[in-house]
Amino acid sequence: MNTDKYISNVVKSIPPSGIRKFFDLVTSSKDIIALGVGEPDFVTPWEIRKEGIDALDRGSTTYTSNLGLPELRIAISYFLKTHYNLAYDPEKEIMVTIGASEAIDLALRALLDDGDEVLVPEPSYVSYAPCVTLTRGIPVFVPTDEKNNFILTPDDLKSKITSKTKALILPYPNNPTGAIMKKEELEEIVDIIIEHDLIVISDEIYSELTYEGKHVSIASLPGMKERTILINGFSKAFAMTGWRLGYIAAEHGFIEAMNKIHQYTTICAPITAQYAAIKGIYQCEEDIVKMRETYDKRRKFIVNGFREIGFDCFEPKGAFYIFPSIKKTGMTSQEFCEKLLKEEKVAVVPGDAFGPSGEGFIRVSYAYSIDKIKRALERIKHFAERIL
Amino acid sequence: MDKSMEIIDLLCENSRLTEKQIATITGLSEEEVKNTIKNLEDKKVLLKYTTLVDWEKTGREVITALIDVRVAPQQGHGFNRVAHRICQYEEVKSVSLISGTYDLSVEVEGKTMKEIALFVAERLAPIEGVLSTTTHFVLKRYKKDGVFYEEGEDDKRLVVTP
Ligand SMILES: Cc1ncc(COP(=O)(O)O)c(C=O)c1O
Repeated sequence: MNTDKYISNVVKSIPPSGIRKFFDLVTSSKDIIALGVGEPDFVTPWEIRKEGIDALDRGSTTYTSNLGLPELRIAISYFLKTHYNLAYDPEKEIMVTIGASEAIDLALRALLDDGDEVLVPEPSYVSYAPCVTLTRGIPVFVPTDEKNNFILTPDDLKSKITSKTKALILPYPNNPTGAIMKKEELEEIVDIIIEHDLIVISDEIYSELTYEGKHVSIASLPGMKERTILINGFSKAFAMTGWRLGYIAAEHGFIEAMNKIHQYTTICAPITAQYAAIKGIYQCEEDIVKMRETYDKRRKFIVNGFREIGFDCFEPKGAFYIFPSIKKTGMTSQEFCEKLLKEEKVAVVPGDAFGPSGEGFIRVSYAYSIDKIKRALERIKHFAERIL
Repeated sequence: MDKSMEIIDLLCENSRLTEKQIATITGLSEEEVKNTIKNLEDKKVLLKYTTLVDWEKTGREVITALIDVRVAPQQGHGFNRVAHRICQYEEVKSVSLISGTYDLSVEVEGKTMKEIALFVAERLAPIEGVLSTTTHFVLKRYKKDGVFYEEGEDDKRLVVTP
């Protein structure tokens, strides 16, 4: 059967993910060292896993309220207060989702009508633009530049605002660049956001993985809490990717709108994961700090390694990626990654998978042991000696 | 964390990290790293930098046996004398005093099972004070020194994810 003619035009219009393409190439190769992964190499801390097991043991296998377990929402509220000095009412301003992924989708669906424009700074996480398109909105890329440390500058932002602009996705700490936006840098864009009456969808999934200083949420700046849909989750800092748990904190009206969609499309996030996450918040601070310290060591090691080999490498301050430039090789990102894979069996992700401005860069994950990173660096050095 | 502990942990993970690399990771100067390592070596905290080999993948036959030894403790010496005596043999890779039913755990390497069996019968068992030996041959290794032998066991993630 020719299924093509039945598929919606919107779905057809979405390009296949650049990552997916590369994934297929990598899985057909053998003996590779992969630095291509966007998830922690740690297993979930034991206290959290144990609570998951206990929850099953107790027979907690039901739906929860649409917004999520009240105890978990209280825990999230506590977490946001103690970590970022944000005050959200656990009854009205917090909802639990299936990962930050669902949260991104909900926020866009709740806000957008046909033709509404959403600003998407890029390079950034692969799902923003397709999710906007699926909602019949129009993603408008805002290129960011290594010269500006890949932050969103007031000028870049202003240049893309039109009368149709409804929302801005703020993707910091950033996947793939590792860029963060400091308080002063956020302050510089706040006036523009308020002046143009934009809603900010702030994806802060990597907030706990910020090195050299603490993460600042744009929602904590004056006038911004009410116009920020704050997205966070347990995947990265708590090493809980497979549990599928995230959350949204926002004005009650936004939560209500998103919950309307959520109750019909997913009902609730998995109860096992919800119970486990409560333990995570109250009892695993030490594990999180330890993981962050470990990432930080690897970060210094790998940035230095790439620079010594001869690549220009922006110093990332968050997440667990570096984003070195490969421009001096004269190759495109795709060419570079394919050649590196074929000749040295190291898998990294082409930067253009994260937006047009990612061309000329590669994303290298350091969610790997020092030992693995060291071996990968040796192979990359070998490669560079031939091509640089 | 104590910086020398941090250096020890890094060397345990990969003892071929250079002083410069360790300096980058820990934020110490190369000079400090060098001195700390030298100091740890002098104090015999760092004893040796070894290599973990999967012998199965080489052409060489290497058979390992773990031997539980019961020993009659000696007046004034306990198990030490017998332990030291066992340590003298080149075939013996490790000797530890253990709690429980047996007293010493001895790891022996040889080319064949027969060679090891003979070693036990002719060298180990006759030592004065050795009451009994129980030999366990290692048939397959799954993990050693924190390293998985089978590929993919240590990293269950997909190779590329967003
Ligand atoms: C920036 C960013 N946002 C969201 C997600 C999705 O996270 P979750 O596992 O919570 O759905 C990811 C995962 O890679 C990410 O990198």
